[in-house]
Amino acid sequence: MKKFHLCCTVNGEKIEKEIDSSLRLIDFIRDDLNLKGTKEGCGEGECGACMVLLDGKAVNSCLMMAVQIHKKNLVTIEGIHKHKYGRELKDSFVKEAAVQCGFCTPGFIIAAQEILAKNPKASLDEIKEGLTGNLCRCTGYENIFKAVDKARKK
Amino acid sequence: MNKENFSFVGKSLDRVDAEIKAEGRALYGDDLDFPGMLYAAAVRSPRPRIRIKSIDDSAARKVEGYAGLVSYKDVRGINKWPVVLNDYPFLPQDEARFHGETVALVAASSRRAAKKAASLVKINFEELPFIEDPLKALEKDSVKIYGKDNVISSFIIKKGDAEKAFKDCDIVIEKEFRTNYQVHAYLETQTATAVPESGGEMTVYSSTQCPFYVLDAVAAACGLPNNKVKIIQSVTGGGFGGKEDVPALVAAHAALCALKFKRPVRLAYDRKEDFMSMSKRHPSWSRVKYGADKNGRIKACKVKYVLDAGAYSTLSPIVLWRGTVHAAGPYNIENIEIETYAAATNKVPCGAYRGFGQPQICFAQESLIDDLAEKLAMDPIDLRMKNMLKTGDRTATGQKIDDSCGLKELAEIVRKKSGWDKSKVQTNGDKRRALGFSCVYYGVGLGAKGRYLDRAGAFVNIYRDGSVQVNVGNTEMGQGALTVLSQIAAETLNAPMKNIKLSEVDTSKVPDSGPTVASRTTLMSGNAIIEACLPLRENIFSCAASMLKAGKNQIKAFGGFFYFGKRKVSFEEAVKECWAQRLKMSEQGWYVAPKTTFDIKDGQGDAYVIYSYSADIADVEVDIKTGEKTVHKIYAAYDVGRLINPKLAYAQAHGGILQGMGWAIMENLVIKDGIMRNPNFTDYVLPISTDVPEYDISFVEKLYKHGPYKAKGMGEVPLIGVAAAIRNAVKKACGVSLTEAPMLAEKTLKAVKEKK
Repeated sequence: MKKFHLCCTVNGEKIEKEIDSSLRLIDFIRDDLNLKGTKEGCGEGECGACMVLLDGKAVNSCLMMAVQIHKKNLVTIEGIHKHKYGRELKDSFVKEAAVQCGFCTPGFIIAAQEILAKNPKASLDEIKEGLTGNLCRCTGYENIFKAVDKARKK
Repeated sequence: MNKENFSFVGKSLDRVDAEIKAEGRALYGDDLDFPGMLYAAAVRSPRPRIRIKSIDDSAARKVEGYAGLVSYKDVRGINKWPVVLNDYPFLPQDEARFHGETVALVAASSRRAAKKAASLVKINFEELPFIEDPLKALEKDSVKIYGKDNVISSFIIKKGDAEKAFKDCDIVIEKEFRTNYQVHAYLETQTATAVPESGGEMTVYSSTQCPFYVLDAVAAACGLPNNKVKIIQSVTGGGFGGKEDVPALVAAHAALCALKFKRPVRLAYDRKEDFMSMSKRHPSWSRVKYGADKNGRIKACKVKYVLDAGAYSTLSPIVLWRGTVHAAGPYNIENIEIETYAAATNKVPCGAYRGFGQPQICFAQESLIDDLAEKLAMDPIDLRMKNMLKTGDRTATGQKIDDSCGLKELAEIVRKKSGWDKSKVQTNGDKRRALGFSCVYYGVGLGAKGRYLDRAGAFVNIYRDGSVQVNVGNTEMGQGALTVLSQIAAETLNAPMKNIKLSEVDTSKVPDSGPTVASRTTLMSGNAIIEACLPLRENIFSCAASMLKAGKNQIKAFGGFFYFGKRKVSFEEAVKECWAQRLKMSEQGWYVAPKTTFDIKDGQGDAYVIYSYSADIADVEVDIKTGEKTVHKIYAAYDVGRLINPKLAYAQAHGGILQGMGWAIMENLVIKDGIMRNPNFTDYVLPISTDVPEYDISFVEKLYKHGPYKAKGMGEVPLIGVAAAIRNAVKKACGVSLTEAPMLAEKTLKAVKEKK
């Protein structure tokens, strides 16, 4: 097992850790950091439940290795409230009934955060386009669109 | 519509569990850790049907952290998983009957080690002849894999004399239809964690709709009495029927490992194995025949309906029965002949999926009604209106529709909203756009076939500070049960919503309440909660009245307060007084569904306690050069009785419609030569954000006198009619009468070309 000395920022905190270099990013987040809000839905980058922000960009943590976040800034669902739109998104997901089983919700909020941070004036079509990497089986997506749109307007 | 002055019922309150889910704090099956926990992984059958000669784990033993192998030899009780017909072994001894079936399990100190070890276990086997096609399975000279005829289950309905009636009809139409699998694709895969306790008890944390099914299975596999097994439902990431039966098998496997290694054991499926081995919507074949007079009065209906059950029976008898009862459609028809079969094949066992057994046959009969309208040169809605069930009519099983039926109003609503009467086929280059209709009735609850399970319990305990613990036996799986049931408790007690705490089910805290299926939870657990709350309400209202120096009938209760003139007391103050007077502040509720009947000989009787209804119109555009479809809009109207929480009811509608649309035009699971070819989200295509149609939802609240606050059931009805509405829109748009779902672009294109 090859070791790697990882330095990164996670939800605003500096972290230094000796890790197995073959560790997936999602396993590092869930098992080493014990941040369970990042979910594994498919393990192959199709569902988006494992999305996290890496230097502001939404990525599937199941498709990356932990070593790839070296010297980078990682934000998970647990840290999203510190960002502009983070708290608004959480509130609007609750209010608009955009949460059902909730397993996909952290990934959607991460993806929505990226959309709004990049383009605060995102149109409904741009919101839909921006969420194509996230699967939801419960909601039929409609209330998720409404929630993102509402968070944008707050 | 809502004349009663409710505080909490009928209000679009926020979900009680939304915030912790949105913050990522909800703990699902794979989020719970236990000291010393091992990870299990399944060793799966590589072929459709094998005779197992031996299982060799010598290579696996070299994996660091390997704990050992668990096989049929480790089953402590009887090696049959108790479901309905009990033919599925927990772990097979001689024969594995489908590709992906769990043959054995391994456990190791990490997830990776367990997976690695499982891949190194060698099954020595001999391949056996297998059956893939359910119709071939029913042929006389087929290989027999189940009983002497490969029939797992079969039903008939016989009312009047259909053969004779067809002869007197002016028009008779008959067609065959096929539908494919649907994968539940709940975002959280199957997960269970078994924790052996110091006194020999077993606790299992399970992602499940049906904790009491899990209890039965774990107790049976471990040879433990029920009171030594405790099932705690972990927050469940979607179900849709896919976490009805199979979580019990997953939990039993985890428990067998925990029993052997005396450590907590987690068994969490990856997506591929979840696809390969867990339940699905049954593929179906049907032949449907309708006969009518020239005025469009339907005189007779005949249906033959076959479900592809897969290798074990699991829930097939239940699914088939629902399909049988509803096979003639929501119409008043005097002569009916229905025969149905669940056929065994060497493929993944199919089970319940939202609507279980109904969507398949609804696709067939609602398509054929449209084709009948064409033959009669009638408007498809007009034809249906002439025959549609209304109060006083009788269903296929002879059940009198005696309460709460809004179907005709629903049809009128979508007809008006969609502009149906003035709509024409719109042509834009290669695009053709039109509307299609379908309507549905849905028997709420388990009905006569499952009536022994149609009861539910609740426990309500009011603490001295006025906070309330409510335990029920039905589950939250995403649909909103915790919220809706909290509203029912709050309303009945006149307690503030924030005081009510409902939790995920713990089988040691509430009696067996049956499964969370068949849109029965609001009805069953809701009524059980009311039963428990009524004596408590009596005490609280009495104390409140005496505190207000008023008669019990003089006070007004609203929103967690009691009023008399200008005086008021809070719920908490009234509860405090109850405790001061040493009144009983906890109660059990037990609700038993009204009587249902079904005579197995002719299929006649009162099949369900009540029906919910829907009408759908799909606005669909077809590209006749590619066969591709765009569903622009779904107009849907529902009668589900009183809406306890309108916001959540709309959300259920959206989700059900999109699942229906996915099944209708996109989702296509492929099994070829007994091997599943696309067990993943890359190749099994689900609807994504850019596929979403506009939803136009309406409700007509026809109140049900036995429902909690007169509610019926909501969860499943939105899915059922969507595929037929889309099919009928495609037919109107480009003149092709499709008979297969999913209606993939290439098949539609072929039909369009053949028509030319």
